[in-house]
Amino acid sequence: MTDTTVREKSTTAKSPAAAPTGPMGARLQRKEDMRFLTGAGQYTDDVKLANQSYAYFLRSPHAHARIKSIRTEKAAGASGVLAIYTGNDIPATVGGLPCGWLITGTDGKPMKEPKHPILAQGKVRHVGDQLALVVADSLDQARAAAEMIEVDYEPLPAVVDVRDALKKGAPAVHDEAPDNVCYVWALGDKAAVDAGFAKAAHVTTLEFVNNRLIPNAIEPRACNAAYNRADDSYTLYVSNQNPHVERLLMTAFVLGLPEHRVRVIAPDVGGGFGSKIYLYAEETVCVWASKQVGRPIKWTADRSEAFVSDAHGRDHVTKAELALDKDGKFIAMRVKTSAAMGAYLSTFASCIPTILYATLLAGQYTTPAIHCEVTAVFTNTAPVDAYRGAGRPEATYVVERLVATAATEMKIAQDELRRRNFIRTFPYSTPVALTYDIGDYDACLNGAMELADVPGFPQRKAEAARRGKLRGLGYASYIEACGLAPSNIAGALGARAGLFEAGEVRVHPTGKVTVFTGSHSHGQGHETTFSQVVAARLGIPVDDVDVVHGDTDRIPFGMGTYGSRSLSVGGAAIVKAMDKIVAKGRKIAAHLMEVSDVDVEFQDGKFTVKGTDKSKTFGEVALTAYVPHNYPLDKLEPGLDETAFYDPTNFTYPAGTHICEVEVDPQTGETRIVNFTAVDDFGNIVNPMIVEGQVHGGVAQGIGQALLEGCVYDRESGQLLTGSYMDYAMPRAADLPNFKVDTRVTACTHNPLGVKGCGEAGAIGAPAAVMNAICDAVGVKDVEMPATSERVWRAIRSKG
Amino acid sequence: MKISVSLTVNGKPVAAEVEARTLLVQFLRENLQLTGTHVGCDTAQCGACTILVDGKAVKSCNMLAVQAQGAKLTTIEGLAANGELHPMQEAFKRHHGLQCGFCTPGMVMTAIGLSAQNKNPTEAQIREALDGNFCRCTGYHNIVKAVKSGIEEMA
Repeated sequence: MTDTTVREKSTTAKSPAAAPTGPMGARLQRKEDMRFLTGAGQYTDDVKLANQSYAYFLRSPHAHARIKSIRTEKAAGASGVLAIYTGNDIPATVGGLPCGWLITGTDGKPMKEPKHPILAQGKVRHVGDQLALVVADSLDQARAAAEMIEVDYEPLPAVVDVRDALKKGAPAVHDEAPDNVCYVWALGDKAAVDAGFAKAAHVTTLEFVNNRLIPNAIEPRACNAAYNRADDSYTLYVSNQNPHVERLLMTAFVLGLPEHRVRVIAPDVGGGFGSKIYLYAEETVCVWASKQVGRPIKWTADRSEAFVSDAHGRDHVTKAELALDKDGKFIAMRVKTSAAMGAYLSTFASCIPTILYATLLAGQYTTPAIHCEVTAVFTNTAPVDAYRGAGRPEATYVVERLVATAATEMKIAQDELRRRNFIRTFPYSTPVALTYDIGDYDACLNGAMELADVPGFPQRKAEAARRGKLRGLGYASYIEACGLAPSNIAGALGARAGLFEAGEVRVHPTGKVTVFTGSHSHGQGHETTFSQVVAARLGIPVDDVDVVHGDTDRIPFGMGTYGSRSLSVGGAAIVKAMDKIVAKGRKIAAHLMEVSDVDVEFQDGKFTVKGTDKSKTFGEVALTAYVPHNYPLDKLEPGLDETAFYDPTNFTYPAGTHICEVEVDPQTGETRIVNFTAVDDFGNIVNPMIVEGQVHGGVAQGIGQALLEGCVYDRESGQLLTGSYMDYAMPRAADLPNFKVDTRVTACTHNPLGVKGCGEAGAIGAPAAVMNAICDAVGVKDVEMPATSERVWRAIRSKG
Repeated sequence: MKISVSLTVNGKPVAAEVEARTLLVQFLRENLQLTGTHVGCDTAQCGACTILVDGKAVKSCNMLAVQAQGAKLTTIEGLAANGELHPMQEAFKRHHGLQCGFCTPGMVMTAIGLSAQNKNPTEAQIREALDGNFCRCTGYHNIVKAVKSGIEEMA
């Protein structure tokens, strides 16, 4: 791994090295743990600024209503109140919250982009829509004053389900979209797909809902905004995954502030899972109001607020069909999806059910013709955007539920049907616009079957049957596109931003190193993983490397963390910066050793000269760079501090097979996961301990979607029925099994570390694996997620 | 109305005047700046605010500050002694039982609370004991391992 230009190009997967000698591949304990374990972490709500004031948002109790009047006079006079703002107080120059991805419809027209005001104007469009901001000396005072605001609403009919929203005569969420359609978009060759279905020996058809989820990072969203009169600048602490994106969107598109006068700090962030990518109204209003009030304003969401105001995930209604020939070869796939956008377009809402969904429908298979049509629909609910996996769990669910059902219907073994259709030559261009660079799908399938002890399953099933229980086995062989993204490709597809990453490697005179990364860690352990990468390349101890992230005044302009991109894109930027450090170091060392720099090699922290015993340590070269007494000042600047921006040339394609084994009690429908196995190919692995932890967490969220979690709005009133932890079933320790996880390695061919990303795989593979297992156990074609005991019990009864 | 309260926090005596409605967790975070104890919900479900009250794991969002009159509290800040991590903290580190760190203080406190009741818990008992603590990052796999190992180390 010391030479970043030479990489494995074998298409046969390897097991990871058993015992690494350097930091690469080592199971190092995490550097960040010390502060988290001693209560020294600093999350946004832990920050208390001088002269602190507190915010409380008054929110709509209605799913849809016209605001006839808002009277704030009484509340404004309440004890401790500093200011109250409603939509009427926001200047006309302030824009709405922007959407970062333009989708062009099949009609050639741009998607509908109704304004998303930072405080409701004229109408409220979902329960929890923010209506007014109260700022007071204390939170209790702000909350008490909010209760004194008098709002006269004219309730309007609401629509919360995409199927209802698309009906003729349904209430319109926005006047601009009278049919509630944001766009109709399609991908693939429809004629080729129709031809494929015409000659099919077998067609498998499924219709299902991909259930709406609420991300529920355990740290609720929070912000603390301060205006500094001395230099007309702002500082915003915010629980966010991408501080530069937050700043750019807020300053350039909403508030019209000079970008360089706003400092955004995302300190320790207590989980994100996508929900903290976005620019939200709350922090935007607080930044604006901090200047009006002249005091720092802190807002921290209650959990109840988080339920109604965080962007949700999934919420698709899909009809999917797979055409097969008599031997089980996939001929064509046809998918039609209606995807909820919620009441307003969140930051990346539009690209999730399109660019990150339809493009993944080839899965691991050679299906030659695929067509997908997506209708994006406004509903009177919280916005829907990326949630761990973002489009790819939905795509995997389509593909792997179809494949599993087809195998059952055609009486072909689950693994066998998959093997008959696996892609085995790379690079491989799919009919849905992606080119997979490398993979070995047999290796993960074989590995998973072995680890899950598939040969022993019939015996376990028989044993369970003797106890009156039903056992089932479910497979999901998923693929994902990660490492977002080549900026030019993304741009051509409608992205309104670049998707590179930036990294600065600052070598200090003593040879210690600080890395400034545009990636953001909110649980992923970047401080450790990135340090391992740097220590390995520069040949210095891991403890000599510190990683700084999450502060726009300290790090170079970066795009942040989502889409499992941090190591493959952010790590690559750091490697590129280190390449520059090493190149300069060679010149300095060559000068010190009085040789030509082409003769200088760098390895294990030493600059050496071929064929001699001359050498200079990395520390000696660093010191020389900052004390340049004997230095080629005519040719080289002093200092050793380099920045690189890395724009990937392709997506990365992590893939693997997950196998779930369930046991169902036919008397109650209670479903227990008795075995969950994940064998994934994430490319090269820097810290297996951290990778395993990422898989565990992703799988837990995937199992949560399959068995427990489901956001429910009342279809009549539009009220959120699952608005607290007493109503929304979060996975608890006793709901989950121990996980069996392993990896296989085909190194990514186009980034310098050969890595692919591991953060989302669990959430992508698990739902389909669990549901396939339940269908296998119960012997039905489909059960709706979440597969509660009641639903499973009804499915058993439905068989008669 | 303010009420006087005196108690011991992490071995130090504390006396304060608090509003009657002040929650214990607010008192710790706002009055004492002990921000290691976190708030993750408003229905006493998530357990991020768990501390030890007279040796028992208690959700500090579910208790008023004045109810802690005379009690001995331990928060996450009070566990490590002389720069040495408590065995439970050490076990969480060794087994990668934390990711974002937000639920971690509550998890560690709940685990220590369990150790006082059960010196040799089974995996199922540990999972049951963690019922009131949510983690969204780890899938609990490594937390369960950490708790088992931590309790063994404490014995």
